[in-house]
Amino acid sequence: MTFFQDLQKVLRQNVREYGMYIALFVIMAIFTVLTDGLFLSPRNISNLINQMGYIAVLAVGMTLVIVIRHIDLSVGFLAGFLGAVAAILMVQYGVPAVAVVPLVLVLGVCAGLITAFLIVYFGIPAFVATLAGWMIYRGLLLQATMGTGTIIIPNADFNAIGNGFIPDIPFLDFIPGHALTLLLGIVAIVFFVLGQINDRKRKKTYGFEVLPGAIFALKLVFISAIVGLVAWTMAGYNGISWTAVIVLLVVGVYHFITTRTVLGRHVYAVGGNPEAADLSGVSVSKITYVVFASMGFLTALSGILFASRLQSATTTAGTLFELDAIAAAFVGGVSAAGGVGTIIGSLIGALVMASLSNGMNLMGVDISIQYIAKGFVLALAVIFDAANRRRGA
Amino acid sequence: MTTPILEMKSITKTFPGVKALDNVSFRVAQGEIHCLVGENGAGKSTLMKVLSGVWPYGSYDGDILFGGEVQKFKGIADSERVGIAIIYQELALFPQLTVYENIFLGHEIRKGALVDWNETIKQADKMLKKVKLSVNPAAKIKDLGVGKQQLVEIAKALSKDVKLLILDEPTAALNEDDSENLLTLLRELKEQGVTCIMISHKLKEVIEIADTVTVLRDGQTVVTLDAQKGEVSEPVLIKHMVGREIDSVFPKREHKRSEEVVLEVKNWNAHSQQLGRDVVKDANFNLKKGEIVGFAGLMGSGRTELALSLFGNSIGYQVKGDLFLNGQKQQFKQPEDAIRAGLAYVTEDRKAKGLILIQDVKQNITLANLHEIARRGVVDNEAEIGVANEYRTSLNIKTPSIEQKVKNLSGGNQQKVSLGKWLFVKPNVLILDEPTRGIDVGAKFEIYTLMNGLVEQGMSIIMISSELPEVLGMSDRVYVVASGRITGELPIEEATQEKIMQLATS
Repeated sequence: MTFFQDLQKVLRQNVREYGMYIALFVIMAIFTVLTDGLFLSPRNISNLINQMGYIAVLAVGMTLVIVIRHIDLSVGFLAGFLGAVAAILMVQYGVPAVAVVPLVLVLGVCAGLITAFLIVYFGIPAFVATLAGWMIYRGLLLQATMGTGTIIIPNADFNAIGNGFIPDIPFLDFIPGHALTLLLGIVAIVFFVLGQINDRKRKKTYGFEVLPGAIFALKLVFISAIVGLVAWTMAGYNGISWTAVIVLLVVGVYHFITTRTVLGRHVYAVGGNPEAADLSGVSVSKITYVVFASMGFLTALSGILFASRLQSATTTAGTLFELDAIAAAFVGGVSAAGGVGTIIGSLIGALVMASLSNGMNLMGVDISIQYIAKGFVLALAVIFDAANRRRGA
Repeated sequence: MTTPILEMKSITKTFPGVKALDNVSFRVAQGEIHCLVGENGAGKSTLMKVLSGVWPYGSYDGDILFGGEVQKFKGIADSERVGIAIIYQELALFPQLTVYENIFLGHEIRKGALVDWNETIKQADKMLKKVKLSVNPAAKIKDLGVGKQQLVEIAKALSKDVKLLILDEPTAALNEDDSENLLTLLRELKEQGVTCIMISHKLKEVIEIADTVTVLRDGQTVVTLDAQKGEVSEPVLIKHMVGREIDSVFPKREHKRSEEVVLEVKNWNAHSQQLGRDVVKDANFNLKKGEIVGFAGLMGSGRTELALSLFGNSIGYQVKGDLFLNGQKQQFKQPEDAIRAGLAYVTEDRKAKGLILIQDVKQNITLANLHEIARRGVVDNEAEIGVANEYRTSLNIKTPSIEQKVKNLSGGNQQKVSLGKWLFVKPNVLILDEPTRGIDVGAKFEIYTLMNGLVEQGMSIIMISSELPEVLGMSDRVYVVASGRITGELPIEEATQEKIMQLATS
């Protein structure tokens, strides 16, 4: 078989997975051309990542929620409210940022557990339970900011989370740009390539189907090039932002949990067939608690990222975050029927949506058109999924 | 014989791979109560679906004559129009709506474009009187018992001017009083000129009420008996019902007698909150080491509910009674506890309750015992592949790869994956619920051989099966279940199809 026939076959078989990367690539390419390269400028890429951070972490949590056949509408205002709580603790009570962050994260977990309790114990549909949460947290956010209006956060440590960059290594000055960023990029590529080669070898020994050699090489080169390009671009500016570090960490940990651990397998089992999972000794209620607790944790993180980015807590913080996160997850290939969806997919979904906003903003496209365009992309992604499933892929 | 109201001539209906009805002829005389009996899968329900238009004209061969005219029903609406009404076992009422709304749903009494509710209530009341049901027509269906709901269904049929009423196991979910009421009502309707076809597994009822009985077996009419001529009796019916062609071969095994009791269940009761009734009543049984015990009975007799309630699936059941495993009293709050104690339950409905169809063979096999191949919560991929391959080989699962999604496998191979999952739990007691339903003969034989191998190694098996030849071919001992009760225990030497059927229909 020739290289192109191979390529065609592989693309057809993994049309969903690769389609997403290709879509992202195409979107980025189009915006780069339309903005005369402004879109891919180091400054803009850095901005783009910081802008999508708080939605990306929500999308990661939402992925698992939708995988187990639920939904969480409360995360937007919960994030806003927890951001306000963080601001108040720092501004009015003078609590240091290092104490505020873990405290707020714990509060997020508690909020998630309350949601799960309503769903598991009372059997309330998640849609309704979290719609109630949506209203309650919105009210709480307004209460918290009622006396003061927008609360300005003067804490530099806290604000660095959403605006700062990782420090450089001082004695590597001879390398142009941000050395640590470049170094991390190279390390990431090396680990990725070695890991992939190892994995392929192992699969081969078990006689599993693997990508044909040439395609495999192409995949490695393609992904390495993207990682390298991003690292190089960032190094040319201020290096990797703390937001990017946090997002990568969250995605890495969740990717590991979902693909490698017993817990992750149980989550997908519950999503794939709750009755079968239950009869196989997987406690559906326990998984529901864990997933919503994780959602609460990530919501708190999102709230911190957003408040830090704006360096303030506002009365409308978190508005519509939940829908952006849900859209990102669906664009990323999560199925509303449950049991299907990956963390990486949702990250890409969040990137696609953020790129659309960012690119259209650069071009000065009116916000009304932006919504319409994003709506079409979401609909297309889901239509694509449905067609794919019908084909039995 | 009086003039037939209904004549079905040489009806043949095939589904892919199965001939459900094979040249069936069926005559029902005007004004009689005609009972239709036969084992599960004999073709009774299919025949009634052909008659009522669920399987439309053209999807079967043969002719339906109703009232002397050939009928070509395209759907239920057509058969209703000529006066045929069918009442299924699972009632088709809307629980949140009132009695009168239910009775006239689909054929509302109108005044202009609007529903005339006053007239509806008046007419509903009249229908309720006809079926001797004294409830407020404005009561909601969900607040009525099953017996009363059944009467509402009949009232609904009467409101449509029914000439032929078909009842599919109407008394299956009723207690004795309600059943008796229903039979009395059917007799009264007969006086009023309504012809009735009743499918039933309860032979005593059949003998009590039938003017004529037709027995189906393997999609064919075996015999039609006339009650007035004294042709109908329990032994005669059973004789005609059983004796299905044995389509499987059973691998030989010596029946061993061990006295070591592995599982003992005493005074077991289970109440289903969903159905609002007791599904298991005072069950007492035991299981010995290295033994296959068959649980025979008809579908819906409560065997699956018994197994699920034992297995800790108490979400839908309130259970009472004692369970001893290896002499120790156990209480399972959830399936996880039961699995840990050494029980495994292979469900009858592998697609809905057994497998995760969108996941692959490997993931399905390891699901119930992931901790075995995990270290500190992280799954060891190599170990998992090893386990999956082991069961793929030992169970001869035919799949291109253990990474194949289970939904792409054939029924027999899916069943083997389901079995593999439970064998990996390494249970002492294996409960198999209809282990060979819907799978081909070759796969059946493999599963039988596997079962023999397992008991040889000291495992004990409870096999729930509605296939009498399978029960007789595989069991060391047989319990028969009917209406949630264990109605008999037979050592294999004494068990015959007739005896089991008699206990199953009591």
